[in-house]
Amino acid sequence: MITFKDVSKTFTIGKREVHAVRNVNLTIEEGEIFGIIGFSGAGKSTLLRLVNVLENPTAGAVEVQGVDLASLRPTEVRKVRRRIGMIFQNFNLLTSRTVAGNVAYPLKLAKMPRAKIKERVEELLRFVGLSDKAKDYPEQLSGGQKQRVGIARALATSPDILICDEATSALDPDTTGEILRLLKKVNKEFGITILLITHEMHVIQSICDKVAVMEDGEVIESGGVFDTFTSPVHQTTKRFIRSVQQDLPSSSLLDEWRQKGGKQLYRIIFKGEVASDPILSRVTRKHDIDVNIVYGSVQEIQAKFYGNLLVSFDGDEGKTASAVKELDEIVQIEEVDVAWA
Amino acid sequence: MGVDWQTFWPRIVEATGQTILMVAVTLVIGSIFGIIIGLLLFVTRKGNIMENAFLYQVINFLINIIRPIPFIIFLVAISPLTREVIGTTIGTWAAIFPMSIAAAFSIARVVENNFISIDPGVIEAAKAMGASPLQIIYTILIPEALGPLVLGLTFITISLIDFSAMAGTVGGGGLGHVAMTYGYQRFDTSVMIVTVVILIVLVQLAQWVGNTLSRKILRR
Repeated sequence: MITFKDVSKTFTIGKREVHAVRNVNLTIEEGEIFGIIGFSGAGKSTLLRLVNVLENPTAGAVEVQGVDLASLRPTEVRKVRRRIGMIFQNFNLLTSRTVAGNVAYPLKLAKMPRAKIKERVEELLRFVGLSDKAKDYPEQLSGGQKQRVGIARALATSPDILICDEATSALDPDTTGEILRLLKKVNKEFGITILLITHEMHVIQSICDKVAVMEDGEVIESGGVFDTFTSPVHQTTKRFIRSVQQDLPSSSLLDEWRQKGGKQLYRIIFKGEVASDPILSRVTRKHDIDVNIVYGSVQEIQAKFYGNLLVSFDGDEGKTASAVKELDEIVQIEEVDVAWA
Repeated sequence: MGVDWQTFWPRIVEATGQTILMVAVTLVIGSIFGIIIGLLLFVTRKGNIMENAFLYQVINFLINIIRPIPFIIFLVAISPLTREVIGTTIGTWAAIFPMSIAAAFSIARVVENNFISIDPGVIEAAKAMGASPLQIIYTILIPEALGPLVLGLTFITISLIDFSAMAGTVGGGGLGHVAMTYGYQRFDTSVMIVTVVILIVLVQLAQWVGNTLSRKILRR
């Protein structure tokens, strides 16, 4: 659906060259929700704008539905843009138009007949749950409502792709959840491919199928969300994951643990199916030792369980060793060096 | 030795009409050219929808040389051009010509400032929806800037009333002319007071209309 082929984008600011995007290769398949995560300044916003030609690559090619965007003339670019809806962090609604007027705007640009516009606007406002706000002006709406209008407006021309520029970053957690659910619905009901950028890992965790991590203009890691979450490679990816999943208590708690003569800690990682078996309980009972869950969490990622627990064992050393060995065959288990942590 | 108010009133009424005519015609002509020049200035700015450094510099330079010239000097300075275009340098229409030029360049700056204050994100959103540069101008720039634009034009209108009085002193007619010839040169205080009161009323009226209109557009 969208292909980045060795894409780079360099801005020249004064005499300084800023490499916003470097040698990015990515493929976004039809119907998926693809998330790009990175800290601010990582280049994700520029990368997103290459998709609807708000920016042009300095090198490489961006293809949308098999068409190289660089080959298009301005009128053709405008046609392509109508197949790509876009929503923004600050909503970017037209203050001089009502909610209905905002949603009608792209349809007017596309020269749709007036009666048809009216019908389509009503349908879209119903979809985003704002039928009663049609005559209101943007300043009368809450942030979440504004983003709903943004979504309705982006969907007006029935695009194949929706690109989201930090769409939930200006919203509170509850409203963020609402908007994410709405995006998921857009993806499911209309089969619209969604490409979003964010700096919030929970956005990726809650709705994305695939993820790419960007740093300094480069994609440093990409893949399925579950795999990336459960076995991250890059340090930055790990940092993002840690932001939504606590895997180590604070150093003061660990200090206390050590001072009280706490035992060796082990990290156990469960993935998918394994999480539903009472493995820990079974193995420790078999080896006649006790288990103490010190810290950790079990989460749902892409409708699969993912557990990350910090445990210690109480009992004979030999028995503990053989229990750890048996667990190692079923789940991921590793010793945690508390002194170092 | 004052004027005979019985016969003088028609002169006041006529002069008021001339002032209103000068201001109104100038406002229309000045707005048309001012909006065009201001729009050109904005869209040719660096990073904007029709970026053109050369055109921007030329327009910017023109505005910067015309705007600071005191109007009374500008009026006299371009009088040869006024004679070419209007055929005379005396009378209401001869005053409207220099007033329109001065107004157009002032309005251009006001228009540019109002466009700059539009959220660039909104322009980007319109682009992303497939709007052409021309569509951005008449569906985004003008409607989004209309409220402050009306206030800006109100401000200009009031300085036009001031301009018209100055034009009056060099034969432009209107209340300025009456105030100068009867009020100042003949020391008739009553004429001075009447013309000043009428000018104040005109300014108040213009401000009220502008405020009401912009409040309606801005919904606040």
